[in-house]
Amino acid sequence: MIYNTGIEWPYPVLYEKETEVDTDVLVLGGGIAGCWAAITAAKKGLKVAIVEKGATISSGSGGSGVDHWGPCVNNPCSTVTAEEAVQSPPKGSGMYNFAMSHYIDAKENYDTLLEMEQMGGKIRDTEDEFAGADFRDDDTKFMFAYDYDKRYRMRVWGANFKPLLYEECKRLGVKIYDRTMATGLLTEGGKQGGRCIGAVALNVRTGEFFIFRSKATITSMAKHQRNWNFSTEMSGLNTFRPNLSGAGYAMAWRAGATFTHMEMSKRSMLSSGQTFPFYGTGNSFNTWVPCTLIDADGKEIPWIGRDGNVMDSVSDRVHPGEAGRGRKKAEKTVAELLADLATAYRRRPLPDIIPDLEQRIIAGEFKLPLYADLPGMTEQERNVIWGVMVGNEGRTRTPVLNTYNESGFDSSRDLLQSYIMLGGGGLYEPSMPQTRIGGDLGPAGGFVVDWNLMTTLEGLYAAGDTLPMSHTHSHAAVTGKYAARKASQYASNISQAQLSRQQIDREKARLYGPIKNKDGMEWKELNQALCRVMQNYCGEVKNEELLNIGLTWLDDIERNVIPTAYAPNPHILGRTVEVLDILDCNRLILQSSLARKACSTMMSFVRLDHPQVDPPDWHKWVTIKQQDDRIVTDSLPHDYWGDLESNYAKHSGL
Amino acid sequence: MSEDKTYAVPNQPTPSRPVIIDAELCIACNKCVEVCQMDVFIPNPEKGKPPIIMYADECWYGGSCVDFCPVNGAIKLNQPLMQRVRYKRKATGEHFRI
Ligand SMILES: Cc1cc2nc3c(=O)[nH]c(=O)nc-3n(C[C@H](O)[C@H](O)[C@H](O)COP(=O)(O)OP(=O)(O)OC[C@H]3O[C@@H](n4cnc5c(N)ncnc54)[C@H](O)[C@@H]3O)c2cc1C
Repeated sequence: MIYNTGIEWPYPVLYEKETEVDTDVLVLGGGIAGCWAAITAAKKGLKVAIVEKGATISSGSGGSGVDHWGPCVNNPCSTVTAEEAVQSPPKGSGMYNFAMSHYIDAKENYDTLLEMEQMGGKIRDTEDEFAGADFRDDDTKFMFAYDYDKRYRMRVWGANFKPLLYEECKRLGVKIYDRTMATGLLTEGGKQGGRCIGAVALNVRTGEFFIFRSKATITSMAKHQRNWNFSTEMSGLNTFRPNLSGAGYAMAWRAGATFTHMEMSKRSMLSSGQTFPFYGTGNSFNTWVPCTLIDADGKEIPWIGRDGNVMDSVSDRVHPGEAGRGRKKAEKTVAELLADLATAYRRRPLPDIIPDLEQRIIAGEFKLPLYADLPGMTEQERNVIWGVMVGNEGRTRTPVLNTYNESGFDSSRDLLQSYIMLGGGGLYEPSMPQTRIGGDLGPAGGFVVDWNLMTTLEGLYAAGDTLPMSHTHSHAAVTGKYAARKASQYASNISQAQLSRQQIDREKARLYGPIKNKDGMEWKELNQALCRVMQNYCGEVKNEELLNIGLTWLDDIERNVIPTAYAPNPHILGRTVEVLDILDCNRLILQSSLARKACSTMMSFVRLDHPQVDPPDWHKWVTIKQQDDRIVTDSLPHDYWGDLESNYAKHSGL
Repeated sequence: MSEDKTYAVPNQPTPSRPVIIDAELCIACNKCVEVCQMDVFIPNPEKGKPPIIMYADECWYGGSCVDFCPVNGAIKLNQPLMQRVRYKRKATGEHFRI
């Protein structure tokens, strides 16, 4: 028996044992959105429980840090308004924008940042380390990123924000259930589409079964991942985010909630087991803006702005004016769109280094390898990149900054190699042709919500990355707070409902199947097969035939292989249950891809059987849900939330 | 296991040593077991001994185990060899790796 290592499982094994918990507000996923939600609801005097698969003290995508925070339009130095920050689609960005929740983010962003400071978070250069710097306001001691004129993206020291949120949750008496993985939503009468009245969960150390009964529930389990890309070895290394498997999507899909934009979800350009540590190679992107890159002979790689003009100085990159961040939107034919997909994973917002770098290297203008010229930057720019930004970004303090420094790397003396064109750039990396469409964002779809951030299931609210087109820390914090205000109000006016024993038993049968087998398919092989389905049948080019074969493959795996899955202990059981969620997420993405019958430039979406590119009729959110276990698709206007300013004023409750 | 015998063992997963624990310094407080997001460790059945790295291949290299360890140097992140980035000294052109 390969699993018999001779060590007895160190925790009590409590398979099928039931523990019931009653709470007013139930938070599923104790990440950034979940912790802010719990804090907000607890401050209103409600009984709050967090269900967290990892350890809340540092779990989730924001658990190991945040270095850029925004759109902080209300900070006293910003020259940008909330309306400007969230234009839909944002001017020149070439993407669909879920403007409703991003507007909420912009409106409450600065207050939330100040609240973070109250909890002990460092948001200002209080030691005057950067006094007089171009990116600093010497009165408030705030520091800014990217565009030093607009001043609405803050540089913050967020490496310890998550432990601080955790402490605040504990101080306020939030009940935290760590190592407890939510697996299913409970609905009134056990019905698909019914009011959400709680959730069930599995402890991934003991196998114990939890039944949470709640008045209101907030789902904040972030994104789906491991749908296109999974390595059976290095399984932790090939994800950008820690420990996520799309559980929030899968359980709500089964429960009948409506999703949108899932057809845009694709392999995250940030995940492949073959990369170097993120932000740990010489580059010019994101955290590393505005670092200079040089070639093997020391020749500088030019930067250009959105207007296509070369920027001569470092200062131009951070004072871009009209050539500022964003992307040129162009009308394309299918052929152009397809040609574009080949390099879409490398497309980045401008200003950045020249996009035709590859051709110019081949033509001999620049010599590989390239390096980040930190020593050539001014001391302040160098130390804000290698120190404040790399150091707080998330998964960088220990893995990059400290590890590199301890090994002898000196940012004032040494050129950190870039892996552009060598493989493993540490950021954008296709692992095989079918997976190269990083497109814009990777996982992109999410819950359809109203102005209360309530999903289409009554009593279920959604916050954070699980909303469509949502990927940022402050957005998670603010929407967590907002959803909790709404959920608390709802919970205060409703009583708990009777749970459906049948629904609970169904869920138990689903979860504990793999422990009843004595041998069989293990989770990694399953996960890899699910990825193969998506690589082959939901890749760069789609048509109905391909997508349907994908769905058939998934049905086959579900019917014939899942019953043979084997989990010898609660940890492996947890991983196996994740794979069941991945299967449902794949299904949701395939079904959504079938529902969009047109190509879209903004979504890097190609249906060869529907070759019209961006026909106006399809400029809308395609929605999808299950009703009586059948697929129901529909659509919503692109700005279904109506006027942002007046609706926010009406609904925000502030 | 006896040191002078040869055993049949399966291959190690890759990477197999995501962290290195200094058994001399480790106080077996199991803080790393508590904070690891992926649940890579399990407590050692022998009291007072460092935790066991059970699911090495699941390591996300986030570094919480190092960040929260109460003893400086007792646990170190050990980036897999293929993830070691190279760098060049600007003045001399010498090449190094992390
Ligand atoms: C390395 C890295 C660096 C980043 N840097 C920045 C930055 O500088 N600025 C920025 O704006 N954004 C940044 N982001 C993005 C930002 O961290 C996320 O947008 C933010 O954390 C999203 O918050 P969330 O609460 O939606 O999800 P998360 O913070 O990921 O929280 C989700 C939580 O749900 C838990 N969970 C998942 N499944 C289950 C389940 N079945 N049951 C129970 N719990 C479950 C997870 O363990 C996790 O704790 C970064 C992300 C990463 C990965």
